[in-house]
Amino acid sequence: MTDDDRVFKGLADPTRRFLLDRLYERDGRTLSELESELEMTRFGVMKHLRLLEDAGLVVTRRSGREKLHYLNPMPIRMIHDRWINKYRERYVSALADLKNELEETA
Amino acid sequence: MTTMTAQTTQVYQLFIRATPEQVWDAITKSEFTTQYFFASRIEMEDGRRRAYGPGGELWGDSAILEEDPPRRLVHEWQGLYDPDLAAEETSRVTWEIEPQDGGITKLTLIHDQLEGAPKTAESVANGWMFVLSGLKTLLETGRPLTG
Repeated sequence: MTDDDRVFKGLADPTRRFLLDRLYERDGRTLSELESELEMTRFGVMKHLRLLEDAGLVVTRRSGREKLHYLNPMPIRMIHDRWINKYRERYVSALADLKNELEETA
Repeated sequence: MTTMTAQTTQVYQLFIRATPEQVWDAITKSEFTTQYFFASRIEMEDGRRRAYGPGGELWGDSAILEEDPPRRLVHEWQGLYDPDLAAEETSRVTWEIEPQDGGITKLTLIHDQLEGAPKTAESVANGWMFVLSGLKTLLETGRPLTG
């Protein structure tokens, strides 16, 4: 699996997207905090977090006895640069071409 | 465009196909920073990290708290390039450089202690993503991301 595959796999699940949104709102949460917002066993939440960590979407840091979870925006940024920007540019230039064409024929 | 909610601790992590020494040089030497860090020059002298804009204007002048090449650099942060940011409290930037298998280096940037600098927190959230993705591109392709 490539890095991109792991990111897409990480994002391809509603529970994991929910976890990312919670961290987007407020970073640096513990497993217990995240778990309290989900109807899911601690083990289930841990599994999802592990997958997000493997994809680089979540980075954990130790703070004393606690393990805090942070959203890492870099992989999504890379995906954005690679997959969104590229196609948006083409879309925008297609619209510009259409505009030119319509104006010329008008 | 939506920006990330300004967090008081921001963590950015990426993997770069380069050695830790190359990453260290890229974040501490002007010949590299001018190519991806908003064209800024970096000077690390007398325990301070100074950043200068393309016209020589002082963009940052902060204390270096830890310097352990090529693994760890910690310095204070205060944006002098904007009066609103300069008026805020000093925050802290930590660069962690860890070698991985296969010629890959893991770079983690932590910008924290932003409690007294909400505008800085907002401003750097997009800035770091741009800077770090430019750093990766420069080291992996030898060319800057833009231009």
